[in-house]
Amino acid sequence: MRILLLCVIAFVLIFGRMQWPWLRDAESRLSILATPFYWLADLPYRFKDWGGHTLRDWSSLQSENAELRQRTLILEAKVEKMASLSAENTRLRQLLNSSAHLDDSVLIAELIGVSSDPLRHIVVINKGRDADVYVGQAVIDARGLVGQVIEVSAYFSRVMLITDSTHAVPVQVNRNGVRAIAEGTGMIDELTLSHVASTMDIKVGDLLVTSGLGGHFPTGYPVAVVTAVDDSSNSFMKIKARPAALLDQSRYLLLIFREKGSLPEFPAPADDAESVK
Amino acid sequence: MITPRANGRGIIAATLAIALWLSVIPLPDWARWARPEWVAMAMIYWVIALPHRVGIGVAFSTGLILDMVEGSPLGENAFALAILAYLALILYQRMRMYAPWQQSGIVFVLIGLNQLLCHWVQTLTTKVVPTMLFLLPALISALLWPTVMLLLRKIRRQFAVT
Repeated sequence: MRILLLCVIAFVLIFGRMQWPWLRDAESRLSILATPFYWLADLPYRFKDWGGHTLRDWSSLQSENAELRQRTLILEAKVEKMASLSAENTRLRQLLNSSAHLDDSVLIAELIGVSSDPLRHIVVINKGRDADVYVGQAVIDARGLVGQVIEVSAYFSRVMLITDSTHAVPVQVNRNGVRAIAEGTGMIDELTLSHVASTMDIKVGDLLVTSGLGGHFPTGYPVAVVTAVDDSSNSFMKIKARPAALLDQSRYLLLIFREKGSLPEFPAPADDAESVK
Repeated sequence: MITPRANGRGIIAATLAIALWLSVIPLPDWARWARPEWVAMAMIYWVIALPHRVGIGVAFSTGLILDMVEGSPLGENAFALAILAYLALILYQRMRMYAPWQQSGIVFVLIGLNQLLCHWVQTLTTKVVPTMLFLLPALISALLWPTVMLLLRKIRRQFAVT
């Protein structure tokens, strides 16, 4: 019976990928076949973009230009202040004998696809092995952490969002450094913090940033803002947070390339179990 | 089995490719759960129309490509589509006798089963949020079936794929 044989092959494929890494590797190599589909699926958007750029009238472009100039000015002013602050920070760190926080280099990637399965919060970006993207790389947008790369193909890669129900990221409260783990819930606008003792000082409105523990994500990028704290049960608090990044709106994402040696080398886990449960 | 002159292989591949493309085209948020199972529908049509040419082998390979395109674990859709084709092969004589809207009923069951199998594999491999919404595409597909079926039949007759 052919059907039985095919079912057996399918199951070997499905469950084999947990056992044999080469199967995953083959999978990511084969997924180059999917590239034309993403390219085609993205066409309407690109066409709209192109139309939006070319079919605009002069006055709206001019006003947009003026607005952008103003924003640049404001951002430049902020950067000026940043420069002196970061220099000061480096000096202080040197005084403390701790390693300097190196600048991360980034690469802009464009979103070209969204997982068609609503249960999987996975997006596809247009940079792949050709741009040295690697599995586990952190992805941010202008507001905060978006997720991490889980699969790299030749010309595109897949990014798991922090809200995927199988994703977790180590965070700390920006105000006081309290550490926690932010887990995805499967809802695009919600994260939960689990196992937070009710004595911890976390309040609504607190900004959660990546703690860098676990070695997967660089330190200090905004992750979420606490929206609800429920400490009615006596031992653990139930904390909900809203992702800082515009997960369902950002079209341009930034891939963060970690400088070698900027993070302590952790013994590599057998799987990417560090941040994917 | 002696296959008659294998013509229109390109047409079958093209319709399946379009179905694959439709299954990754971005949808607005409110419609995310309601995406019709285009590939499953095209597969059912070709199995009913040309059971001597399109069978579980084609379904399995298409499923593998669908897995790569959707980014699901390799084998998930291949498994579900092979079962779907297997059942359609058993049912094709009966289905040919039915009117399109009656076929919709069977399509609902077949695609519902397809979704169920995919969901089952997902629960085995990852943590899944419990919801029954994954059956919605089966309903949408069943509603669209008469249109899709007539369209594909028109294409098949136009290009005389036998």
